[in-house]
Parts: sequence; C-alpha cells; structure tokens
Amino acid sequence: MVVATQSQDAGKGSDKVIELEEITVRFAGDSGDGMQLAGTQLTDTSAIFGNDVCTLPDYPAEIRAPAGSLGGVSGFQVHFGSRKLRTPGDTINALVAMNPAALKTNVADLEPGGVLVVNEDAFNKVNLQKAQYETNPLEDDSLKKYQLFKVPMDRLNAEACKEAGLTGRAAGRCKNFFALGVVYWLFGRSMEPTLKWVEQKFGAKPAVADANSRALKGGYYFGETAEMFTVRYTVAPAKITPGKYRRVSGNEATAIGLAAAACRAKKPLFLGTYPITPASDILHELARFKNFDVRVFQAEDEIAAVCSAIGASFGGALAVTTTSGPGMALKTEGIGLAVMTELPLVIVNVQRGGPSTGLPTKTEQADLFQAVWGRNSETPLCVLAAATPADCFDMAVEACRIAVEYMTPVILLTDAYIANGAEPWRIPDEDSLPRLDIEHPTACEDGQRFRPYERDDKLSRPWAIPGTPGLEHRIGGLEKSDGAGDVCYDPMNHEHMIKTRRAKIDKIADTIPDLTVVGDESGDLLVLGWGGTYGPILSAVERCRDDGVNVSCAHLKYLDPLPKNTADVLKRFKQILIPELNLGQLRTYIRATCMVDSVPFSKVQGMPFRIGEIVAKIEEVLSNGKKS
Amino acid sequence: MSADATTVNLTPKQFGSDQDVRWCPGCGDFSILSQVKKALAATGAKRENTVFVSGIGCSSRFPYYMSTYGFHSIHGRAAAIATGVKAADPELNVWVVTGDGDGLSIGGNHLLHAVRRNLDINILLFNNRIYGLTKGQYSPTSPYGKKTKSSPHGAVDFPLHPLSVAIGAEATFVARALDVNVKHLEYVLERATQHKGISFVEIYQNCVIFNDSAFEYASGKDTKDDQTLYLEHNRPLVFGKDKKKGIRLNGMDPEIVDLGDGVTEDDLLFHNERQAEPSLAYLLSRMRYPEFPEPMGVFRCVERPTYEDMMMDQISAAREKQGVGTLKSLFEEGETWEVN
Ligand code: SF4
Repeated sequence: MVVATQSQDAGKGSDKVIELEEITVRFAGDSGDGMQLAGTQLTDTSAIFGNDVCTLPDYPAEIRAPAGSLGGVSGFQVHFGSRKLRTPGDTINALVAMNPAALKTNVADLEPGGVLVVNEDAFNKVNLQKAQYETNPLEDDSLKKYQLFKVPMDRLNAEACKEAGLTGRAAGRCKNFFALGVVYWLFGRSMEPTLKWVEQKFGAKPAVADANSRALKGGYYFGETAEMFTVRYTVAPAKITPGKYRRVSGNEATAIGLAAAACRAKKPLFLGTYPITPASDILHELARFKNFDVRVFQAEDEIAAVCSAIGASFGGALAVTTTSGPGMALKTEGIGLAVMTELPLVIVNVQRGGPSTGLPTKTEQADLFQAVWGRNSETPLCVLAAATPADCFDMAVEACRIAVEYMTPVILLTDAYIANGAEPWRIPDEDSLPRLDIEHPTACEDGQRFRPYERDDKLSRPWAIPGTPGLEHRIGGLEKSDGAGDVCYDPMNHEHMIKTRRAKIDKIADTIPDLTVVGDESGDLLVLGWGGTYGPILSAVERCRDDGVNVSCAHLKYLDPLPKNTADVLKRFKQILIPELNLGQLRTYIRATCMVDSVPFSKVQGMPFRIGEIVAKIEEVLSNGKKS
Repeated sequence: MSADATTVNLTPKQFGSDQDVRWCPGCGDFSILSQVKKALAATGAKRENTVFVSGIGCSSRFPYYMSTYGFHSIHGRAAAIATGVKAADPELNVWVVTGDGDGLSIGGNHLLHAVRRNLDINILLFNNRIYGLTKGQYSPTSPYGKKTKSSPHGAVDFPLHPLSVAIGAEATFVARALDVNVKHLEYVLERATQHKGISFVEIYQNCVIFNDSAFEYASGKDTKDDQTLYLEHNRPLVFGKDKKKGIRLNGMDPEIVDLGDGVTEDDLLFHNERQAEPSLAYLLSRMRYPEFPEPMGVFRCVERPTYEDMMMDQISAAREKQGVGTLKSLFEEGETWEVN
C-alpha cells in the first residue's frame, strides 16, 4: 500500500484512518458467489467517487466447476487510486475470501500485512477437504502475516435478509453484498451508488431488492459496530480529465467502437461470428444493438462467420467478424479471400492462451505472427492492436476507418486481459471521431464496362455494391487483371498484383500517427511494447523515471504497417527491451522490419505482466548495459 | 436498391457475360446455364439486383458467365457468403451455384445451415457424382463401389443423397431436375426463384469427361420413362411409357404397381408438395434407381418466415421501441458520471 497520510478518526469501531494513494481489493469465491458483481459495484462506486479504477476478472475455465472446489474459484480484482492507474495492481492489499478454496488459490497474491476478510462460516470440514486443507487455516498460524478478519457471513447475512422475507438459498445469494458492505466500510466507500443500482435492477422484485440492500447495509454496519477493524483506509479522488465517463471493459469498448463506426459510416453493421471465449462478449453486446441496425449473424462455425462477413461486405454492409486464436486459424482461408477480393472487413482477435485450446480464459499475446504472416502466399493486410480496455474503442473505430478507406481486411488484436479488464472511459465528442465517408460508385461512363480493380491514389479499388445498375461485375479468389478485374493468369500481372496489394498496405502508414516516446527521445534504454502490455510497461517506466532511472518507452498499436518513424525512434536508443506475453514475436518482427535487435522479456503464463517484473528487468538490462 | 427504368423483361441472352465459357464441350453445365438465363428472363429478374455466388469446382465458374453481380469464392463456402450478401441487402435475388463436392463435402456444414435458416436464396446443386475440376476422384454422391483415380478398388463410402439431406434440414422448397430435360429444368428453376425462402434444387449434371452417362438411366430414350417419375402436385404417382405404372404405399413403404386389374389411380400415392410435414418428400427422396423410378420435379414447397425478414423485423421493432440508435445513446448507456 502506498500511504499518503495517517490520521486519527473519531468514528466508532475504529480509531485510525489511513489515506492511501491506491488500493487493490480482490473478491474471491465460488463461481456462483457473485464475485464479479461485487467487484463491478466497488468499481462503479469508486469511479463515481472520482478515483481512477482498473479491474480484472478471473474466471475458471469450467462454467460449473463443483462448488467449493479449487477449480471453481472465481475472482474479481479492483484497483482504485488517487492517481492515474494503468493496471489492476501487482499485489493485492485486501482479499475477501468466501470459502477455503478461494483463500487457498488467492492468498499468495496478498501482500504481507494485507487485509484478509474471510467468511468464517464456510470453513467447515467439507469445504476444507474440497480445498485440500488438512487443518483449518483460520485456526493454525499459517495466516499470521496478514490482518485476518473472521466474519461469520452466512449467519449475519441470513439475519439481515430475514427481515426482507428471504431465507435459505435466496438469502444466500445476497452474501456477496454483505461482503461488499464490509469492504465499503473498510475503504470508506459510499453505499449510495449500489443502493441505487439495486433499486433499478431489482425494482420489480421488492423482496430481492430489499434483501440485497439489507445485506449491503448489514455488512457495512457490522464493520462499523464490531470492534474488529481498528484501521480504515481512504483514497482521495484522482485528478482526471474533466468530462462524462462510463466504465467499459475492452470487449464492450470494441463493440461500441464497431457500432459507432457503422453509425459514422451510415451503414448497417454486420457481425458474422461464432461463440468463443474470450471474444463472445462482443457478440453479446452487439446483439443488443438492434436499434442501431446491427445485424448479428451467429454462424455455424468460424469459417461461415468470416465468409458471411465477406458476403455482407460485398453486399455493402460494414462487416466484422470476431474470434480468438483457434477461430482465427479456421478463418485463415476466408481472410485470404478478403485480401484477394479487396473488400473491407474487420477481424477482431481477442487473444487467449494457446496453442490449440490452450488456456481459453487466460491472456496471451502470441498471435502476432499469425496476424501478420499467418496466411498462404503473399497476403498482406493491416494489423492493429489495442493497448487498454478503453483503447479498444478507438482502435475498433480505426480498424473500420482503414478497412473502408483502403478496401482491405484489418485485423484488430486485443487480448483476454484488456477484453475482460475494465476502466473508466471518457465519452468522446462525436465530432472527434473519424468521419468514415464512403462513396460507392453509382455509374460508369456511357458505354464503358465497369472496372472493379481501377485504383485511386491510395491504391484502393471502388466498392461497387449489388443493386447498382450498370456496375455489375464478378469478383473472386482467382487472380484478377489490375483495372479490368477479369480472371487473369498472366505472370507479370500476378507479380504486379502481389506487389500492389503489399504497396496498398504500406500506404496506410500515410494516415496513421507517428510512434511517440514517453520520456527522453534518446538514451540508454527504450522499452518497446505492443497491445495489452501498455499499462504495466508505462507504469514500470514511470516508476523508474520517478526514481531517476533514465529509461523511455514507446508503444505500438499499428503493427502492419508500422508507423513510418519506428526504425528512427528505435535507433536513437542504445538498447531496446521488448516485454511481451510470448516468446519474442515482436522482437523477431522488429528485427526483420527495422533491422534493430533488442533484449527480449518473455512471459507466457496466461497472466499479464506485473509492474514490478518489468521494473526489475529494466534495472537488470541497464546494469548489464553498463557492465559491457 | 434501385428500380430498373424499364419494365420490359430482359432476354435470356442479356443475362450472359462477355467471357468465354470454359467448360468441356458436351458438359451438362451448358444446358443449366441456358435454362437459368431463361428462368431469370421469364421471371423478370434484373441484372443489377441478381447475385450469383459460387464456391470451387467446375460448376463454380458459373458467375463469370452471367452479366449479373457475381462472387466466385472459395471451396465450399458459397452458402455462407450468400448468407452475408442477403443479410446486407435482403432485396437482392441471390443464387448459390455449387456441386456435389463443393456443397456436400467441404461445404456440407454451410449448406445444411443455410437450408435450415430458410434464407430466401436459391441453391443449385449440380450433381455429377464426381470431382471434375481436380480430374476425377469420387465424390460424396458417387455410388458405393465407384472406381475412380482415388478409388481404384472401388469407393467404400456410402453416398449422400442431396435431397434427403435438404429435406432432413427442412428445406422449404426442394426439387430435382435433369440437365438435358431443358423444359422441365427451366420450369423447376422458375418455381425455385418464385419461392420465398430457401430453394434447394438438385440438378443431375452429366460430366462427359470423368463420369459420362452417370444419369443415362434418367435421360436415355429407352430407360427414362421407367426410371424417372415426374411429380405433379395433387396427382397420383404414375410413370412408364403409357403411364401404366404407379407407386402405392404398402404400410410405410412405397411399392411399384401396374394400373388395371383392380388397381386404379385412386389406390396410388398422391403427391402433395405443400404437405407441412416433410415425411412424404423424404420418402420420395429415398426412391432410387434402380429399384424405383427417381422422382423429378418439386418435392416440397411450403411457407415459413425467412431468416432475413425475421432479422429485419427485430431491427424495426427495436427501432420503434427504443428509437433509432444515436451515438449519444450508444455511448451513454448504463451508468455514467461527470468529472469536473
Ligand atoms: S470436367 Fe466434367 S463437369 Fe467439369 S467441365 Fe468438364 S465435363 Fe463439365
């Protein structure tokens, strides 16, 4: 915990309030315990209070793992602070464990001296056995390095709910709100936003609404009255750019970005997709946006998903397909067709742990090669990567812009970490969004045959859509003559088309921002990242710079093409460090494209980088650099 | 969608493109191409509103020979691509041209699902019971024991029967025609394009190079009357040169009977293409050479809402209820807060 100030407090139940710069709380329980909901409520309450927040859910891969089992533990981590936060937190300051399994799987991440709130009632023989505890950890010495608070939540919650007329299982379902109440009291959060939410959510079921409110208050007043917690913590509001905010996860932001781009383009949005973890939430979001003329097609498989999107693009819609790694593999041939037919198409890959089925709910960044190079023949397309949950919005809009402006498929890479993680999103000014003006040709010159592969100065071909008289034409996977667009086996035309397709992608660099450096523009070390590692890398570099270490960082969101100044930027530093959640894919790519070598820093554990890990690596690289 | 200035129907020829047709001389595809053009002309189709989508195979060259919009895509995926085209613009007249390999092997999954969704598209499955473009391997409709380059000792796969598959997936329009019976083929194609919903047409197509005469029984002068049965709605199932033979139900099974000697047309099975349950159509699809005359014509033609209509209805309903979505409503959904 980063302590800001300490003060004595006159409030009853505790004698001390410590003000902190930031706090990380994790709720952990059975997947049926409502931990995600408790976490989301703490997030919203903190954001409304004015903290910066950053969150990360952690689900088990199995939907209904046996209750109380280690495999069935679900967690939700909330990081809130009085300054800009970029990660959900390296270590946790407070852990709420609803049962022994949740304790066992999470307690290692709790800092020594951290707050540990457990549901004492759940530590019975059966649950201890399921969690493979030989003795009850609440009764031996194993937890003594933490501030342990044993709260009989089942009992107290049942009491609180009884007055609302809810008993048994129905009352048990409110337990997460009881735990939330305890946390609210401990961290000086107002109950108002959650009480309002309960009212809205359960308004139609007064007993349920009442029970949840009572559970929340029960937890809060328990904290206040039980002479248990001697210290409370507060976090002041952060200095945040003024504006209107909402919380978004990366997947939500992606969905909103796609729908917004279609609005700007005045087009129906067509989503052809197949359910896959961790991308399905984009489908769920877009399926709700019917009044935006979003046409969601849940296809029979990944191949049909991409192919239907290609058909919809030919038909004149703004077309998208969303998936994760294994789905990308299946879509590969279809994407090649989109490259060949030069149709606009956005492909979102929410990367997860692989290969094969791998770690479906965990994060990884190992699909970069697949995105850039993973197709038969010379099949270039544009590759983008979002940096944070909120950035998914900007990059989704950007992917659509590039797709329609350059008549090309665009792959947008996100990952499970930023897709499920959430942060406040400053609602953008409509006029700040790109316009996405699309002009479909409407006629040919008299007597002329339409030339579907006639290019403009961006090397982009016309997007003539069925329904337009006089522009009837045929496209397909066979090589076409440039200009006229007829099937053409001429060797020189083929080479010309191969080169032209590449040149078109390269031209996209004319309309993308330069790579910017945080810190000094040249020096001993640049930390280069891409995609979802932005938060931990920037935080680590800022921490080092605060300590006087000379290190800069730069972050790539455009992978193909790279920003034009990429090689120039890299060559201004003595050493480049590339942390990535794979075995060095960006490193290889940079070496190939910019002729710059770098120090790799790989982590492939299904987990994001911790800030501390990167700080340590920076220090190591710098001291090695001095030695040599 | 824009309306054509003229209300005069185009001629079949006007549906042809300027590209050289590159099928082997004598290939059944030529006839199908001609009848499709005729059916389009006869039904008043507009070039600009018509889209042909194909996969890979000999038949999949089809779009290049039409003056409409066209998409010659990748192997097996035509039905999926056509689905996207139709969803993007439900007003379009969308046709899928596929073959037995393209549609039932590599693209079997897409075909099945396009059928069950009941999109208003026409699927023409050119069945030549062989892989032509890759030069003569057995296909999923090749008969058991078929000797080909890839099955020199005879194929040990049992074949798929396209119409049984389509009926199993509850296609709302199912028909069969023969490449060389041009009048009947055109009739079937016209019926297909007039049907609102999925139209699945199996066309027996002779591959002169790799599987010549596969349908000789259905087209040969001496055999066709006994080996095929032309279906007519509400009419008894009769066949043979003098229409003296018929199909009668014996329990659940069809049997061939001779008319006369106490057996009249009233004893025969009557065709009803509008029967809601697909069991009759399925039974017809199981009547196969050489045990039975193979039914030709419309097996089934029933009504059911189309995918694209239901999709668009949901969109209009949402727009009526929530209003047309604006960026503001999109961005500010759920909990928002101000930071000053
Ligand atoms: S190989 Fe057979 S199917 Fe293909 S074009 Fe030649 S005759 Fe027709």
